[in-house]
Amino acid sequence: MNKDLIKGISHGIPIMLGYLSVSFGIGIMAVRAGITPFQATMISLTNLTSAGQAAGIGIIASAGTLVEMALVQFTINLRYALMSLSLSQKLDKKKFTLPKRLLASYGITDEIFAVCSAQKEPLTPAYMYGMILIATAGWVAGTILGAEAGSILPKAVTDAMGIVLYGMFIAIFIPPIHKHKNVLFTISAAAALSILFRYAIKAVSAGFAIIICAVIASAAAAVLFPIDDSSSDESEAAE
Amino acid sequence: MSIAIYIAVMAGVTYLIRMLPFTFFRREIKSRFLKSFLYYIPYAVLAAMTIPAIFYSTGSFVTAAAGTAVALVMAWFDLPLIAVALAAAGTAFVTGIFF
Repeated sequence: MNKDLIKGISHGIPIMLGYLSVSFGIGIMAVRAGITPFQATMISLTNLTSAGQAAGIGIIASAGTLVEMALVQFTINLRYALMSLSLSQKLDKKKFTLPKRLLASYGITDEIFAVCSAQKEPLTPAYMYGMILIATAGWVAGTILGAEAGSILPKAVTDAMGIVLYGMFIAIFIPPIHKHKNVLFTISAAAALSILFRYAIKAVSAGFAIIICAVIASAAAAVLFPIDDSSSDESEAAE
Repeated sequence: MSIAIYIAVMAGVTYLIRMLPFTFFRREIKSRFLKSFLYYIPYAVLAAMTIPAIFYSTGSFVTAAAGTAVALVMAWFDLPLIAVALAAAGTAFVTGIFF
């Protein structure tokens, strides 16, 4: 039991370091949007996700509706359902009782999914707890530092840090183009639609615009370029 | 509206998406369309969130564009997430000194 916990923590350390810098950007972004450092910390602790939090902060800042918030979170975080589904097949069924599944599902992120699905042995609760614990610590600590440093650091630095999260998004959606050229179609279509909404269809709020752009682009790509069943979908979903 | 309510809705929806399949769903998704759609959706979401918002992220179009260009090149060469993210910020900062 303890051995798995330690293994999970050690596998989670690179994730923690990554989260530390990205959530620093989230903290800065939140304070700039008028959210207090405490609220920003609570958002990070309860959500543990970058894109969803960034969009959620935008909705809070623009005083969007709760329906918008729910739909945006649903769309942006829908990929976790697929990852959870995939991980549920890999669990040590004896040790993973219902309460433990309820607890561990809190921490299914892109990175944790990627590391967990690369494991050869069945996943134990202790292993997942260790990884989630250390990753969450990094995510929350980074948010606090970013939110507090926002008022300490020179404006030139916090201005520049505003791009951190978007830089990470670029690092996620560009590399898959090498493996699947169709991803280029998907991101180009989504970006073009997003520009259209930003400058031409201003009546639609930013959150809904993201949903509409993403659903149209993904549905079009799914019809035009359905992915090959034989290729391993699980490893691809990790990105 | 209280920010606490927004946070509760965010957290609730996000948790349910993770929890329900992890805990209860056992069948495999068979639909090829659905599988493809789910494969593409993360990239589409991130692209729509990034463009054009990234150009407004630093308060200056010029510094943001410089950071974006560096991020795109580094991402193309598959460098680590953190390296790309921090290089984008570093570029925006340095560009900001001159513009």
